[in-house]
Amino acid sequence: MTVSRYFHAVLFAASLALAICSAPALAQKLGPDGAPNPTASSVQEQQLLNELSRIEGRIDIPDRKAAVLIQPAGRMWDYFHEVLLHWGAAIVILGTLLLLGVAYIALGRLPIKEGRSGLKLARFKAIERFSHWLTATSFVLLGLTGLNITFGKILLLPVVGPEAFTAVSEVSKYIHNFVSFAFVVGLVLIAVIFVKDNFFQRVDIEWVKQGGGFIASKHAPAGRFNLGEKLVFWLSLGAGLAISVSGFLLLFPFSVTDIFGMQIAQVVHSAVAVLFIALILGHIYIGTLGMEGAFEAMGTGEVDLNWAKEHHDRWAEEQIAKGNGPKSPLATPAE
Amino acid sequence: MARMKFLCDADRCIDCNACVTACKNENEVPWGINRRRVVTINDGKPGERSVSMACMHCTDAPCAAVCPVECIYPTEDGVVLHSKDLCIGCGYCFYACPFGAPQYPKVGNFGSRGKMDKCTYCAGGGGQEEAGSAAEFEKYGSNRFGEGKLPLCAEMCSTKSLLAGDGEIIAQIYKERVLKRGYGSGAWGWLTAYHETISV
Repeated sequence: MTVSRYFHAVLFAASLALAICSAPALAQKLGPDGAPNPTASSVQEQQLLNELSRIEGRIDIPDRKAAVLIQPAGRMWDYFHEVLLHWGAAIVILGTLLLLGVAYIALGRLPIKEGRSGLKLARFKAIERFSHWLTATSFVLLGLTGLNITFGKILLLPVVGPEAFTAVSEVSKYIHNFVSFAFVVGLVLIAVIFVKDNFFQRVDIEWVKQGGGFIASKHAPAGRFNLGEKLVFWLSLGAGLAISVSGFLLLFPFSVTDIFGMQIAQVVHSAVAVLFIALILGHIYIGTLGMEGAFEAMGTGEVDLNWAKEHHDRWAEEQIAKGNGPKSPLATPAE
Repeated sequence: MARMKFLCDADRCIDCNACVTACKNENEVPWGINRRRVVTINDGKPGERSVSMACMHCTDAPCAAVCPVECIYPTEDGVVLHSKDLCIGCGYCFYACPFGAPQYPKVGNFGSRGKMDKCTYCAGGGGQEEAGSAAEFEKYGSNRFGEGKLPLCAEMCSTKSLLAGDGEIIAQIYKERVLKRGYGSGAWGWLTAYHETISV
């Protein structure tokens, strides 16, 4: 028997089986007394759920979303929110803190190798620092209020009691809703201002080869931003975009999507938020505790010349060549 | 102890919406909020069925599980109540609810939600208010349950499609109906709400 004949035989057997199986279903349309059986063609809940995973119909009231009769996905979202998110977020955030703790113990605070020169190089302009701190402040507020809505009932509620916790959470909700706009403004400013210095370059490969500045004997070259910073930039931009879009969907409930879309938006919002928090914890660590001379770049806007030469040698050379080099504290204008 | 449930016999529901009206009137539910609604499946087609739906007072209620301020809880009768004093109007219970029961008055900016409102099984509120008091009525509506009565929607259903009461008793009534008339489209929502269905 050839393959094609075999195939035809199977097809025939299948259609025969189908015909036999569907015959009783047709017969059910009439009851034993010959009268039509009212349920023979009636919609069945389980069948509808199997086909569409939720049951929707027509409704008389103007609230369109009320036309969804049953959506068992609600219980899946419950599972995500109460089990996956709680454990996932706890593992990711505590794991990041643990890693940073280990890094601090192992590496300590990375010093400026040559020591401070006393000469300052301008690194971030006022508008750049404003954008950074606008985003940073709103990120911390959004992060804390967001964590409260996920973990507050486990950590804070038993401590302060239900009434005080509700008061805190209600204020948190409004902070989260309103500060989101400041965050988006900050994010857009950062994207526009810093994008030109964050494109990947050949020097980034060399930076990785030289151990990214973590190996004391080697020197990792970099332009204005090294590969680590560029990754923080692009990942923050991606996470910020995802979190902003999903956040606004949640802020204007059911304006764009239906119940399923709202659930997905919440899943995306919380999952991305947890990863974003882990990323920013690392960013905060290296900018404060982890490295001498790094914080002042965003603090005063000026860095020590030796720090710049160590971590951003190409950028420092460029600045000096452009005439933006350090002003000697002793130099006075020739007047 | 009785376990209170709802059961809508869709083969009897005629989409008259009297349950919806009864609920709104009995509980003086504000404009824009519907604790109960009737949804018609396959409207205008053969086999069309209408189902009256409100909070099903689920077993392992997902709304209670996801509530970030833990203001939703089941009573010993299996009725799921909540405290409007504790609710922050975050909307999570709506995402988790398989039946679209939680409702929110629209207050303030954007999609800001007020305190959640839903079917209380006509059993008053889950807050600090005294049972049957005017303060309780103001916030949550009627407390018929405290007077030994069942929810008004089911009590005044003209075709006795909507049944309320002890889960075992209403399941028995439904079973007998299905056996007697020879057909039944099932206890809508039971598998999702109570992890069980009524086998006839």
